[in-house]
Amino acid sequence: MSDSETAVTPEQDMFSGPDLAGHFGRYGGVFVGETLMAAVEELDQVYRKLSKDPEFWQEYDRDMKHYVGRPSPLYLAERLTAKYGGAKIILKREDLNHTGAHKINNTIGQALLAKFMGKPRIIAETGAGQHGVASATVAARLGLECHVYMGADDVKRQAANVYRMKLLGANVIPVTSGSRTLKDALNEALRDWATNVDSTYYIIGTVAGPHPYPMLVRDFQAIIGREARAQSLEEYGKLPDALVACVGGGSNAIGLFHPFLRDAEVAMYGVEAGGDGVDTGRHAAPLSAGKPGVLHGNRTYVMSDDRGQIVETHSVSAGLDYPGVGPEHSWLKDIKRVNYVSVTDTEALDAFRELTRMEGIIPALESAHAIAYACKLAATMTPEQTIVINLSGRGDKDIHTVADIDGITI
Amino acid sequence: MSRIKSCIAAAQAAGRKALIPYIVAGDPDHETTVALMHQLVRDGADIIELGMPFSDPSSDGAIIQLGAERALRNGAGLDTVFSVVSQFRQQDDSTPVVLMGYLNPVEIMGYPAFVEQAAEAGADGLLLVDLPVSAAESLLALTQPRDIDVIFLVAPTTTDRRIAAICEHSSGYLYYVSLKGVTGAAISDTGEIAGRVAGLRAQTELPIMVGFGIKDNASALAMAAVSDGVIVGSALVQKIGELSDTDSREASLIADKTALIAAIRQALDSKPA
Ligand SMILES: Cc1ncc(COP(=O)(O)O)c(C=O)c1O
Repeated sequence: MSDSETAVTPEQDMFSGPDLAGHFGRYGGVFVGETLMAAVEELDQVYRKLSKDPEFWQEYDRDMKHYVGRPSPLYLAERLTAKYGGAKIILKREDLNHTGAHKINNTIGQALLAKFMGKPRIIAETGAGQHGVASATVAARLGLECHVYMGADDVKRQAANVYRMKLLGANVIPVTSGSRTLKDALNEALRDWATNVDSTYYIIGTVAGPHPYPMLVRDFQAIIGREARAQSLEEYGKLPDALVACVGGGSNAIGLFHPFLRDAEVAMYGVEAGGDGVDTGRHAAPLSAGKPGVLHGNRTYVMSDDRGQIVETHSVSAGLDYPGVGPEHSWLKDIKRVNYVSVTDTEALDAFRELTRMEGIIPALESAHAIAYACKLAATMTPEQTIVINLSGRGDKDIHTVADIDGITI
Repeated sequence: MSRIKSCIAAAQAAGRKALIPYIVAGDPDHETTVALMHQLVRDGADIIELGMPFSDPSSDGAIIQLGAERALRNGAGLDTVFSVVSQFRQQDDSTPVVLMGYLNPVEIMGYPAFVEQAAEAGADGLLLVDLPVSAAESLLALTQPRDIDVIFLVAPTTTDRRIAAICEHSSGYLYYVSLKGVTGAAISDTGEIAGRVAGLRAQTELPIMVGFGIKDNASALAMAAVSDGVIVGSALVQKIGELSDTDSREASLIADKTALIAAIRQALDSKPA
């Protein structure tokens, strides 16, 4: 099917969300304390205006090309494909972006918003540290003050990224409240924002948070899917048969999926962190095992107990260790457009090693979840078919975690 | 007339400022919360705000988060909140109780069940920090027939357009947030607050209470001077936190922890309103 045949974009359909109030079906919306309401509304107005301005997107595209190094390649993993004997396994190489992950696509876009709004101070939350690094990077480039909230446990397991942020001039604040991971970093960032709301732009790192964040982060990440679509058509003369991406908050996944949502023939798989296994309770898979609730400003699937308390999550990968998920994914799950699945820590670690040894690419542990699932999926498909995996980041940040698991001190 | 309205009307008729302490249900335990509520009434509280503990209280500072964590460690949940209120009601049928918390536990329970159980337990008001007025329609449809007041916050950043909507849908009182930030921070500019509250007066007949950052007699007096009453949270929750260091629940120890409320009451009453 050609690009032009599917490029019809009806004004209102199941994929045209969010509505003006930020809803994807029953999900999304704005659920924050009153102090932040004006800031969130202002951001919505600014983004609505700028996103219609071609010059804004020209500046974004220039940065994507000359600073981030886009377009990122679409790479056929031949040895992996041969091993699984089914569909062609193709990697969208977000790991090759400046700073080593897809996160920079979003921070470049939001930095443009911060600049336009005249905010001198940037805050961010981070789990794996990739979003923190990407935020510190754009702050350094624009000469803005930058504070990054990071769970105290994550500060330990992602020490290299903590040091990178400090080199970039950011102040890294370890968060010791609650479960000391990503969700607590988000709480702390929201508190900072409420306190310094006049001077501060909050760069949320994924498609979560109150409207308009899930929309604008998606729009900045959708460059992944637009490129993959064009590259697929050019290289393989067709759209991919399947897309696979890991889902933490869901930004790399929605970035890949969104430009294909209306292509009914493209199957989509969002891979959550299964931790020790979804049936053990020790995991981070709200779409697979959670229920609708409200967390960090939006209505979405969350992992909470029967009293509505948010439960502690577990994943070997810090970037997936989050009990909520972007509201658009909740909607895409309910309407069955995307299949949400999970893989365990062990499966992800095996995929991490396999991609490294067979293709010479060390993936982020987050991305290794997508690889693990895609390999299983490939084996059930035919050689004429293609799977595009979002290789959302590189694994340099994770070598200490993996060495630890191997009992090696480096 | 709701308990909240008649309580505030009585205070206003007597020329008194309302005093509204906040404590967390289940901190440090269920029985002690009930004892603390009765003590607070003896100390001169007009209304009690009872915190519904939540794991991720992102509009609260560290002190109230720790209070919630203490309660959650002891297994507190909405069932604890309701049973605390109904136990309190066995001996006190007049002091209004406002439940204050976050949306997720309410969403997981379901709005109809939540409102019904809150009403049956004897709660009078509801304040959900992360439920803005624009998203409160279905909750309001359930609370109005039951005469439960829904209270919304007005912040220093709240726009005029939002203030109009908040005034239209609030009942009981307006909760004016004294500062940009979270609970437990320090108030810096009393003059600005006076101006904002005066502005609110022009838009609503509702009584206006000021909260966030009121921690002692001086801050209570300053805020009471420009409003109808004050809400005291973190300073009290901090004192209650000390109860976790001991097994004693003697009445004198409980009264010691709430002594700052008695002191604020005295200060407010000795100042001509
Ligand atoms: C490389 C990488 N992939 C994926 C994620 C998960 O985030 P999201 O689901 O928003 O893409 C992270 C988060 O830190 C990451 O660093």
